Amino acid sequence: MAREAGDRPRDVSRRDLFKTAGAGAAAAVAGAPLAPSTAVAQAHLAAAPQLEALETLTAAEADILEAICARLIPSDENGPGAAEARAAHYIDRALTGPLRASRDAYAAGLAAVDVYAQASKGVPFPKLAPRDQDAVLTAMESNAATGFTPNAATFFNLVRTHTIQGTFCDPYYGGNANFAGWDLIGYPGLRMTVGPEEQRMSAPKAVRKSAYEDAMFARKGSQRGGDHGHRP
Amino acid sequence: MAIDLKKTDVVIVGLGAVGGVAALPLARAGLDVIGLEAGSWLTPRDFAPDELRNNFRGWPQAAQKANTEIPTHRPNASAPYSPRLPIHPMMNGVGGTSLHYWAQSWRLNPWDFRVVSETTRRYGAARIPKGSTVEDWPFGLEELEPYYDTVEHEVGVSGQAGNIGGTIDPRGNLFEGPRRRGYPMPPLRGTEFTERMATAARKLGWQPFPGPAAVNSQTYDDRPACQYHGYCNRGGCHVSAKNSTAVSTIPKAMETKRLQVVTQAIATSVAVDEKSGRVTGVNYVKGGQEYFQPADVVLLASYTYENVRLLLLSKSHAFPNGLANNGGQVGRHYMSHHTGNPVTALFPFELNNWYGLPAQGAAVDNWADDNFDHSGLDFIGGGNLWVYSDRRPIGAASMSTFGKAPTWGSAWKSFIKQNADRFNVAYLQKTTLPYEDNYLDLDPVAKDPMGFPVTRITADHKDNEKRLGAFVQDKMAQWFMEAGAIAVEKGPTGTMGPSTHAYGGTRMGDNRASNVVNRWGFVHEVPNLGILGASVMGTSGAHNPTLTAQALAWRTAEHLATNWKTIAGG
Repeated sequence: MAREAGDRPRDVSRRDLFKTAGAGAAAAVAGAPLAPSTAVAQAHLAAAPQLEALETLTAAEADILEAICARLIPSDENGPGAAEARAAHYIDRALTGPLRASRDAYAAGLAAVDVYAQASKGVPFPKLAPRDQDAVLTAMESNAATGFTPNAATFFNLVRTHTIQGTFCDPYYGGNANFAGWDLIGYPGLRMTVGPEEQRMSAPKAVRKSAYEDAMFARKGSQRGGDHGHRP
Repeated sequence: MAIDLKKTDVVIVGLGAVGGVAALPLARAGLDVIGLEAGSWLTPRDFAPDELRNNFRGWPQAAQKANTEIPTHRPNASAPYSPRLPIHPMMNGVGGTSLHYWAQSWRLNPWDFRVVSETTRRYGAARIPKGSTVEDWPFGLEELEPYYDTVEHEVGVSGQAGNIGGTIDPRGNLFEGPRRRGYPMPPLRGTEFTERMATAARKLGWQPFPGPAAVNSQTYDDRPACQYHGYCNRGGCHVSAKNSTAVSTIPKAMETKRLQVVTQAIATSVAVDEKSGRVTGVNYVKGGQEYFQPADVVLLASYTYENVRLLLLSKSHAFPNGLANNGGQVGRHYMSHHTGNPVTALFPFELNNWYGLPAQGAAVDNWADDNFDHSGLDFIGGGNLWVYSDRRPIGAASMSTFGKAPTWGSAWKSFIKQNADRFNVAYLQKTTLPYEDNYLDLDPVAKDPMGFPVTRITADHKDNEKRLGAFVQDKMAQWFMEAGAIAVEKGPTGTMGPSTHAYGGTRMGDNRASNVVNRWGFVHEVPNLGILGASVMGTSGAHNPTLTAQALAWRTAEHLATNWKTIAGG
């Protein structure tokens, strides 16, 4: 979010503005203190401290991935989607670590998406209208899209899996920003102790916190807290 | 050069669910025990409620030895290999997989010990499926009952007894064999959803009951009760309410000062005296250094795949085809528990399955084993139906759309927003039989980082398993619909690839021509080598194997302590 539009080899798109505004709205819901201003200005204010680097992907790859994520789980009347949850940021970080085995698949697959978009629609994927982006993704999912190794559906499913992870994971990992994913599906949140009433069929009020806000699991966690109940 | 260590009485390879149990009666009997464990100690601080890490990245087991030696699989000897699993939940660490398992702690039912004789008696010998190598166990449930009882109390198991000394308690499992007393703790509590399921089962004329779990329902052995926080599935317990051997039997054994735990020790072979054919100790590698640990008795207690692999890798003049394998039985009679043919239900209301644990649920045993008449059916055996409260966000968002929505985009998003907490997947464990062409051996190509071949599974479900899978699936669908589901989805039979319920390979039996270990768990061909774990089990039953494997381990260890001079003295 802190990447300035000017850093990118293209203009700020309508989608980017919408996305940024969506993040601001989510932050407002979360109770973040915001100055009374326009939605976009609020979003920049809220996002300002969140520095964000590309750790694995190139800027061009990230543009394509951001655009795919934004269509897989779009921002719509049901609330923010994968863009606001920062699923692409999650994927970028994970590709240097636990998902590094997929790095080459992303390099080849994202390039193939752009080539296929150019060939079938005449425009790079990020610049396509949402409806045309959806048409490309539909062709990938059904394996009708060409130019992918081993095939388009494999890459589509890889990105879908990781987009879901990035939208619904613990926010520690760089996705599920502002708990956008957990709020969407009504996850009532992490409770270290759950009573019988909280297992009635109506879920209790949501708690919004990361596992690593608990001192026991944080790296600088309390030794004393961590040892309770454990022998020897 | 290997460093020769001081001789000990007993060396146990693997301090997991079974090795961690066996150490206790041995240490209490005053024997010096060295436990070799490939992993390290983990503490509650390692067990964060983190779905991505625990359930999708396989931490902590992903970083472990076990994950570099996941078996390969092919359905039969002429079929192509299945894609190799990237992650398998079997793990290394003191406590092993009992650190993060589901902790369902079932006894087998009486029929499971006598599949051949009971099937023959009731339906005729022709009903044993063609090609099956199934045998009766060398003893019945009544022989194992005292050991089940001991382990339930030493480890700590919660549950509701259904048959105490022949007196039936309808709150428990009517079909269990007689037990001498109840569980040491009452069962885990139900949820509104699991109670709803139990009510529906009763309406169908079935007898639901809460399942047994090695999870504290109340303070036990100074460890607190379960907190039901929802991250028990492939996660360790942050309050040590899950009774892994790391917090139960291993610390008790260490208190005797007779158990020495050696962590990060990777066993590479069992050494043999070529003249006597007896084992002399275990070779292992720790920190890049080779060691030889001599012992009077060796107990293999790694997982089924690793028990078999270590035997096959331990070649000598006395055992050119692998230790204990002059009879060619190592790796035979293999079974991956049939847990396929799943049923997923969609309800028109929210279930609040977000909290709880896989061991918190409602069970039905009416369709397990031979608890119903098979006269007009084309299979033997059956399945345990299990519905439980367990849901996390990534898994919920990855739910089936029941053909009612696409798999992405706004319509999908709308679907999961409404339904992420409205589905439930039943766990259906079913009778699995051994067959002559289902087996384990060493893979000719795939190797672990040390250059040793990994285990290869050659196995597939047969007609009996497919038929009973479909039968059990229908019963489960009926149950969900009775409880108010608006749709059910039935999954495929699945493969017999690497499983967390892997049986056979070193089967127990009196006949040494068809079994590797005798009725006490000691190798027919090598009297001072014992084998612990589900690899000795000749039938799967329709319930989780861990408690049975632990009861057998206690029994083998107690037999060793009682007959020390005979077994160790040579």
